Amino acid sequence: MPKLTINGKEVEVPEGTNLIEAAKAVGAEVPHYCYHPALSIAGQCRLCMVDIDKVPRPQIACNTQATEGMVVHTETERVLATRRSMMEFHLINHPLDCPVCDQAGECYLQIYYMKHGLYDPRMIDEKVHKPKAVPIGPHVMLDAERCILCSRCVRFCDEITHTGELGIFQRGDQSEIGLFPGKALENKYSGNVIDICPVGALTDRDFRFQVRVWYLDTAKSICNGCARGCNIEVHTNRNRPHHNQGRRVARLKPRFNAEVNQWWVCDEGRYGFKWMDDKSRLTHPLHRAGGQGTEVSWDGALPELVTRLQGCPPDEIGFLASPRMSNEDLWTLKRLAEHLGVRNLDFRVPPRAPGDEDDFLIRADKNPNSRGAELAGVGPGPGGRDAAGMLRAAREKRLKLLWIFHHDLAATSWPEAEVLGAIENVETVIFQGTNANDISARAHLVLPSAACVETEGTFTNFQGRVQRFRTAIPPLGESWPDWMILSFIGKALGASDPVFTAERAEQVFNALAAAVPAFGGMTYRALGDAGRMVTA
Amino acid sequence: MAERILTRNFDVKNAHTLRVYRGGGGYQGWEKAKGMEPGVIAEEVKNSNLRGLGGAGFPTGVKWGFIPKGSTAPRYLVVNADEGEPGTFKDRYLMERDPHALIEGMLIAARAIGSHLGFIYIRGEYVQPWRILSDAVAEAYDAGLLGKNIQGTGFDFEIVVHRGAGAYICGEETGLISSLEGKKGWPKVKPPFPAVKGAFGQPTIVNNVETLACLPHIINRGGEWFAGLGTKTQGGTRLYSVSGHVVRPGLVEAPVSVTLRQIIYDHCGGIPGGRALKAVVPGGSSAAILTPDEIDIPMDVDGPKSKGSMIGSAGIIVMDETVSIPEALMVVARFYAHESCGQCTPCRESTGWIYKISHRIVEGKGRKEDLDTILDVAKRGAGTTICAFYDGAVGPYISYIEKFRSEFEDLIRSSAHA
Repeated sequence: MPKLTINGKEVEVPEGTNLIEAAKAVGAEVPHYCYHPALSIAGQCRLCMVDIDKVPRPQIACNTQATEGMVVHTETERVLATRRSMMEFHLINHPLDCPVCDQAGECYLQIYYMKHGLYDPRMIDEKVHKPKAVPIGPHVMLDAERCILCSRCVRFCDEITHTGELGIFQRGDQSEIGLFPGKALENKYSGNVIDICPVGALTDRDFRFQVRVWYLDTAKSICNGCARGCNIEVHTNRNRPHHNQGRRVARLKPRFNAEVNQWWVCDEGRYGFKWMDDKSRLTHPLHRAGGQGTEVSWDGALPELVTRLQGCPPDEIGFLASPRMSNEDLWTLKRLAEHLGVRNLDFRVPPRAPGDEDDFLIRADKNPNSRGAELAGVGPGPGGRDAAGMLRAAREKRLKLLWIFHHDLAATSWPEAEVLGAIENVETVIFQGTNANDISARAHLVLPSAACVETEGTFTNFQGRVQRFRTAIPPLGESWPDWMILSFIGKALGASDPVFTAERAEQVFNALAAAVPAFGGMTYRALGDAGRMVTA
Repeated sequence: MAERILTRNFDVKNAHTLRVYRGGGGYQGWEKAKGMEPGVIAEEVKNSNLRGLGGAGFPTGVKWGFIPKGSTAPRYLVVNADEGEPGTFKDRYLMERDPHALIEGMLIAARAIGSHLGFIYIRGEYVQPWRILSDAVAEAYDAGLLGKNIQGTGFDFEIVVHRGAGAYICGEETGLISSLEGKKGWPKVKPPFPAVKGAFGQPTIVNNVETLACLPHIINRGGEWFAGLGTKTQGGTRLYSVSGHVVRPGLVEAPVSVTLRQIIYDHCGGIPGGRALKAVVPGGSSAAILTPDEIDIPMDVDGPKSKGSMIGSAGIIVMDETVSIPEALMVVARFYAHESCGQCTPCRESTGWIYKISHRIVEGKGRKEDLDTILDVAKRGAGTTICAFYDGAVGPYISYIEKFRSEFEDLIRSSAHA
């Protein structure tokens, strides 16, 4: 652990720490473009220069490791002058289309110019012109004129995805990022190059020109695209519905978690949020009789559900939970099943096609909380039926009420005719979920669930890491969080368990943590931003 | 006339063949070296005061010593035969006329550093030298001078001849290594230095053709003899490539104590047509320009340095009074703008910017602030890059303007934009 002095402050850092990171430890910002902690050191933007005692010239902080006794200065006159020069060099061929650049607000040319540049421009000659607005893959647009050739994107494709689509071609100020012949930037993680591009050269085809970043609100969340549980930020546009075609969720961005996804997220997760503002969202409880659905209020829907539940023997009730539900949702459901004596409980529904998986982030299980459902004990009680058993029982008219959470059973590996046959043979089908599907279209009662971005809770990823997601936007229409719907039912049924009087998801989680040893000792506060591993 | 060392075979017919080379005493250095301990060879080279003759002028024996002691990793010897410096053509002569001198030098160096694989990275445009050198390598293999268990010594050494694809920066040792590895010819950030982590991640020594060609002579006749040929800080003779306005342009071999004036006026016959000398570039295009009153300097590593320039690759470019210095600057600026690899921001952007300004000045569209802009940009970018390319470019940018400012100002004054 070398001890060094930076700007007069002594600091001890782990062996191998470079001076950019060491400076952070004393609260000093060393500006940089090409350095990214996940990528190899390129040392080419030359912006991160610092002065080191006994070294005659400024050195790049990214490729200089902290050593014992080193004395570093990040704000000397010489360092400040060098930074100004580097900013001028970076900008002489930049098109300076900031007023229309879709990276405005997140562009480190702008930010660093204001913080470290502020020189009077001297370039009066014709700038170098390069290709603009070139789609280089399904998700990424390239503007080569804005590129400062930091090579982060090239290194990402070489070192992280090992797909090598990008290169820097030509030389000198003619150098430009581009695709190798015959290639497209269509690897499964291509969107990450947009995040790591420090300027407006690589932009998101899905997001660009939709909404200005300064209008966005941000919430910490967890991707629900697969069992990895990548940490993400949900960026929402609530106040300007005339932007982003009215969609509230503008984009998802990866959020660093060293234990789960580091800096990255896959494209499927990144772009898999359109269902949240889709027209198929269920916004009101529906009562269906004779094929016709009628919007009803919760005050109408819940008593009806209670009545139907009370009218069925527990053995003729089936609860088909979803591994897309949070730990809080699942625990409330489990407690409700126990209160009612329902033993037909399960969450395992086979997908129509096996999910793809790789050795990086993507998991074959496309559900965010299968592990949480297992740990919460969402499975058949003694003598109860699993999911397939419930369907079978339904087909044989041995099930009177089937409460289905989120699943589109018609889109599973089970034969569609058998599924629909089962649904038709159940007296009461209740569908609870976020979006309409073939099952909701046949359900007698439809209860609209809030999407995970509209509520808070926890998922347990495949590794057993319990992670929080936070509310980014209010629930759409009349939708409610699943746990809340279940709590109302439990309370209406006269159940005394405290989960049914919970007003916040956190209270349900505390109950779960108190009851299930795997979650023992966990609280929302203890989970923090990085989550915590279950104990079993 | 001093003894010719490196050029001794240049006039010998078929000296590029193994038979003739051996007939003239070739491979005697290797015969001696193969029985010497590696450390003894390196010590002899240190004693010789041999400096790297590619441009940097670093002491060769010292450089070999940077390979980590006790490292068991494969070590590579890489020959820098890229020779891209404008005004420099000495290595071409060596490879065309005396290729076995290089191969023999490689054998000696390989034994000294414990390398069993050498690469000759030769400039792609050097088609004829490549052919001759490749034939010589094949001859050496056939004669058992290369390959496994050379002459029963138990020493293995292979040579791969690798052609570059035409980039000046591939003559910079880490750019060369990147190119050799099959990557874009971009210099690498240091540390690590090539002697620690070079080609393919292994300890690597990069030496210039001329440097290695000196080794047979050093081993044959001793380091002290070689040191005695030169100055206090540099031994031996040197090949000076002389181009431009001299009566007899071409290659000159002379001890490094020779003065620039002697090279121009004695060896090359002076300026043709009775015209006056206006300026000299003493060490390839990246060396700062010298004026006629600055040519009484020894042409070792220290002489041009004393005048703010450098010996570099010893490519001497002579300009007589007919040369327009602003035009000369534009030409050299165009070269550096074209050849900057584009990796480091200050080099990538400044070289292009300075070329544009210099071009505008020559076109008669100069502005009075242009000269100060060039000087300021050049000085602020100097010393901020991964490799020495930009520092090389700065030499001419600054010296051409500072030493011939009035010529630029006259041109700018006549401009409508001034």
